[in-house]
Amino acid sequence: MRKMKEILSPLNKDDVLKLKAGDIVYVTGEILTARDKAHIRILEFLQEGKELPFELNCRIVYHCGPLMKKEGEWVAVSAGPTTSARMNASTKKILEKIDCIGIIGKGGMDEEVVRALNGKGIYLAYTGGAGALAAKAIKRVRGVHWEDLGMAEAVWVLEVEKFGPCIVGIDAHGNSLYSEISKRVEENFKKVISKI
Amino acid sequence: MEYDDVKSTIVELFRKAETELGEDVIKAIKKAYEIEENEIAKNQLKTILDNIDAAKKLKVPICQDTGLPIVFVELGRELCLDFDLKKAIIEGVKLATKEIPLRPNAVDPLTRENPGNNVGLHVPQINIDFVEGDKLKLTVMPKGAGSENTSALKMMLPSQVNEIPKFVVEVVKNAFGKPCPPIFVGVGIGSTFDGSAKLAKKALLRDVTVMDEYELRMLEAINDLGIGPMGLGGKTTALAVLVEKGYCHTASLPVAVNIQCWANRRASKVLG
Repeated sequence: MRKMKEILSPLNKDDVLKLKAGDIVYVTGEILTARDKAHIRILEFLQEGKELPFELNCRIVYHCGPLMKKEGEWVAVSAGPTTSARMNASTKKILEKIDCIGIIGKGGMDEEVVRALNGKGIYLAYTGGAGALAAKAIKRVRGVHWEDLGMAEAVWVLEVEKFGPCIVGIDAHGNSLYSEISKRVEENFKKVISKI
Repeated sequence: MEYDDVKSTIVELFRKAETELGEDVIKAIKKAYEIEENEIAKNQLKTILDNIDAAKKLKVPICQDTGLPIVFVELGRELCLDFDLKKAIIEGVKLATKEIPLRPNAVDPLTRENPGNNVGLHVPQINIDFVEGDKLKLTVMPKGAGSENTSALKMMLPSQVNEIPKFVVEVVKNAFGKPCPPIFVGVGIGSTFDGSAKLAKKALLRDVTVMDEYELRMLEAINDLGIGPMGLGGKTTALAVLVEKGYCHTASLPVAVNIQCWANRRASKVLG
């Protein structure tokens, strides 16, 4: 069995560097949701030198457009990950301005992000579609930024406890499960279509 | 049957589809979990099964992407309706969005403006078929974007019949981990450009545990790719390949592949 680890957010960079692709981890602490529109706005702020309304360094960005409900306070109803590949280009640029980061998403990210994460951060894969289970691990909604972007696209600040299992899909040393599997899949594809 | 019966049935069906998967879908996922050997793949399938249980128990949507609302209507030809059926469905979707709740996903394609109620131009998508009898069958299918985005359509040549499986496998290969595998693969063969896409979508409504030899052959080829659950490797990339055919022009061969995530959400009810 692989070792199950717990990682705390805000992140300690030394802990991040210790993780290896394939490790199974659970996240406890603060995470921020951000998808397409929030990434674009983060980038605008960083490029214009404007201060973000939230801290990004040593934080975990969750590629998620949650389903929220207001019951006095905001509650996460279902909050699984969205497809990370859509954020490839913006993530690469954001990482130029950040020293340490964690990303949670699904489906993996491209080679440029793998390189940009080198020495800086990790990509964690959470099971796509597991929205009900993810919401169970969200203990509190600490706040919301950029609500004008809409429910799915706003930045939600969430307090999570043992959020997982997450698989380290990309580690901070250039290793990506997706790159390895993708190479294997291309080889398998050639074999498969010659038979079919 | 009244306007309000249709409206409340739409809410009830979305609630069911969003919070509980069909027995056939659960059976397919459980079977995959039992035979999967890759540790990470097994872990992913276990999480999926735990999530299905959690959603049912907590009565919350399985996935936060509660989809774009699609409704299939089978209208008995002997039925007389003295109310606006489309309006009842549309109002049902609005109410479902508020009550369940559903994430407001429907936006203007160009301005990306979101009215917040999952209703807009051609949304909900309503498909009406006339059938024998005096009943009304409503089927809802909330369709998530992660899987829909990896779907593809190709106008193949009539001489390329033998290359259809290759195209289907290639679409799945290119989709990789993006559509939340293990997936269901709806394939529409024939009809017209648009008709093949509709057939591919309708194929996803079938019992996913029943496949013919042609479908099983493609399923086996897909699972030999090794993409695995969530693109993390393993032998469970697809749970079913479901093909629907339609006659086409002698000069054409449209083939549509509609990808569906493991959460193949649909619910039906017969009224009248």
